[in-house]
Amino acid sequence: MSVLDSALPPRIALVGNPNCGKTALFNALTGSRQKVANYPGVTVERKIGHFVSPLGRRVQVIDLPGTYSLRARSPDEEVTRDVVLGRFSHEDSPDLLVCVADATNLRLNLRLVVELKRLGRPIILALNMMDAAEKRGCRIDAAALSAALGVPVVPTVAIRRGGVQPLLEQIDGAMAMASDAAADAAENSAPCGWSEPSSRDLRAYHQEVEGLLAGCVADAGLPPLATRRVDAVLLHPVFGLAFLFLVLFLMFQAVFAWAEAPMNLIDGAVSGLKDWVAATLPDGALRSLLTDGIIAGVGSVVIFLPQILVLFFFILVLEATGYLARAAFLLDRLMGGVGLHGRAFIPLLSSFACAVPGVMAARTIENRADRLATIMIAPLMTCSARLPVYTLLIAAFVPDRPLLGGLVGLPGLVMFALYAAGILSALAVAFVLKGTVFKGAREPLLMELPAYRLPNPRDIALGLFERAKVFLARAGTTIFALMIVMWFLASFPGAPEGATEPAIQYSIAGMIGHALEPLLAPIGFTWQIAVALVPGIAAREVAVGVLGTIYALSESGDALQSSLAGALAASWSLPTALSLLAWYVFAPQCVATLSVVKRETNGWFWPAVMFAYMITLAYGASFITYRVASALL
Amino acid sequence: MSGHPTPETGQSPGGRHLGELKKGERARVTGVDERGVVTTLPEGELERRMIEMGLVEGSHVEVLHEAFPGRDPIAIRVNEHTLALRRAEARAVLVAPAA
Ligand SMILES: Nc1nc2c(ncn2[C@@H]2O[C@H](COP(=O)(O)OP(=O)(O)OP(=O)(O)O)[C@@H](O)[C@H]2O)c(=O)[nH]1
Ligand SMILES: [Mg+2]
Repeated sequence: MSVLDSALPPRIALVGNPNCGKTALFNALTGSRQKVANYPGVTVERKIGHFVSPLGRRVQVIDLPGTYSLRARSPDEEVTRDVVLGRFSHEDSPDLLVCVADATNLRLNLRLVVELKRLGRPIILALNMMDAAEKRGCRIDAAALSAALGVPVVPTVAIRRGGVQPLLEQIDGAMAMASDAAADAAENSAPCGWSEPSSRDLRAYHQEVEGLLAGCVADAGLPPLATRRVDAVLLHPVFGLAFLFLVLFLMFQAVFAWAEAPMNLIDGAVSGLKDWVAATLPDGALRSLLTDGIIAGVGSVVIFLPQILVLFFFILVLEATGYLARAAFLLDRLMGGVGLHGRAFIPLLSSFACAVPGVMAARTIENRADRLATIMIAPLMTCSARLPVYTLLIAAFVPDRPLLGGLVGLPGLVMFALYAAGILSALAVAFVLKGTVFKGAREPLLMELPAYRLPNPRDIALGLFERAKVFLARAGTTIFALMIVMWFLASFPGAPEGATEPAIQYSIAGMIGHALEPLLAPIGFTWQIAVALVPGIAAREVAVGVLGTIYALSESGDALQSSLAGALAASWSLPTALSLLAWYVFAPQCVATLSVVKRETNGWFWPAVMFAYMITLAYGASFITYRVASALL
Repeated sequence: MSGHPTPETGQSPGGRHLGELKKGERARVTGVDERGVVTTLPEGELERRMIEMGLVEGSHVEVLHEAFPGRDPIAIRVNEHTLALRRAEARAVLVAPAA
């Protein structure tokens, strides 16, 4: 190590099997809030944080994707291998490896520890989930294990306050030793020697683990009976699938039913604020900017916060219980029908929230063809930013009629149908892709099913709070800025003398809309929709905000109080509304999605293909919808 | 390779493979032999993955659940953990009745 290097804080890396609690430990050590969930493959990139040890040493911690072996098989596991072996550009291998092992499943977890030990790097073994292990009746002699392995062993409970204290203390001790060792062993910073273990090596590691277990584990504990009982129902070939579809259906139904009351509240508050500003400020450009631009625009987006929170509530609960891995298991065969891997369910479900994490979660799919197919269809899952558009149009055009004796509402059913349209078209696209460009058999499915865990209400609440913050921050920055720009474009230049139409017709936005109109007229879009689609590429929910502003600016005095949904119902035909819904099922993705696809596929080719195929599908679907609806209605 | 001689079919004489076990059956793993299993993986890779997931000589397995349709994939208990895999690949795991 050079003199300069020693000025940097010591670096430790958290390494271990998937789902053993590395990120939970990372959060406990650094106080950050990285995503923790109960399925293998949550973390797909390295995350860096800092903490100050009990002795006042500043330490850098790296959280890594879980892996069963350094023989990385998927892109996320390659990150782990490269960090551990110091192959990342300009980075030495970490000064200390904290191997994290799930104490309830030592047999599987210790094999990686044995493999890592061969690297000859300083190691601490953290036996995590000790609380769960004790509940199962595991009896592990940590001191004996430490002696047998020749590395310090500390029990931890990452999710309990103070549960990482023993680890913190051990890190201090190990850091002191590691820096001594580094001082007199310069070759320490060279990339470590490691070669892929053969199956013979793996069997040898396995034997070593059996020896360790025999000497240090008096009782491996009983497997959790509750998980098995629950799975007897939830993994039942028939009930299991029925339950899965019921959960998804309830999720979309709840997005409507549960969010209605809070949405009305927000709606009332927004129009109250608008009225108050309108009454307080003198008529003029400032008042129009505030009421028509900012309040109408941002307000029409913020109103969807409750729906987005309901959606995230479901996703967070599903992730925390351990059900997601089960869904992948249940769907493996069905998704295999279109050539997809069961695992693809997890990235696809996260895409309902947002396609960006969904595309990234596809990193856990090993085979490149399978992964690309999953990435290409992820944006067809209706993301939460499209939810506002659906809701707005449904509110405007679908009567709120109860069905099945009030059990489901017609709006909820339409919403479900829209989501289903996205899912089905995704499957169709996958089928075509897997039959043409991404030919080949599927990767094997070898996936651990974690024990069920009751979600911690505090974690769910914090997760929702986090989402709300992100959403509101977005509304307050990107959307706010876009709305101001749009208001200017929609207000200037003003109407000429003796104009008969509302002023907006003569503005820049009006001109843009009218220029695009011929292109979009065949699918029934008005010039207002054309204006809304353009900023919608930056952030899809902005389309709703822009419509809010356009209609606020177009309205004459007496119509001013009517809601945006009301304004749309009055001015659009039903075929136009249906056509726009069809457009948004395929809606060419936002910039953020395209750029994450570029990053994940290392080039512009796939994002270009994605944009082209989605815009073609969107235009085609809208065209057919508009024509058919116009003919029938 | 596993060191357990097996004919080309991937099935040991009188022995069975994990892929043919029914729900509720328990067994002990006697070997891992990927010959006879069609995969996209390079040679030797499936065997190594099986071992890494705990399917190695001496492990105890029990078929817990079967998915739909075709009772595939299966969820099995392997010692202390639960693993989901397809029957096609499970053929690589040779088993004998639990002692
Ligand atoms: N009971 C108990 N649960 C824990 C403990 N540590 C983590 N968990 C839970 O275990 C699950 C997995 O935790 P993560 O931190 O996401 O696991 P990870 O190792 O980062 O997983 P990957 O990123 O997928 O490799 C979550 O449901 C956590 O709440 C613990 O000490 N005790
Ligand atoms: Mg993690």
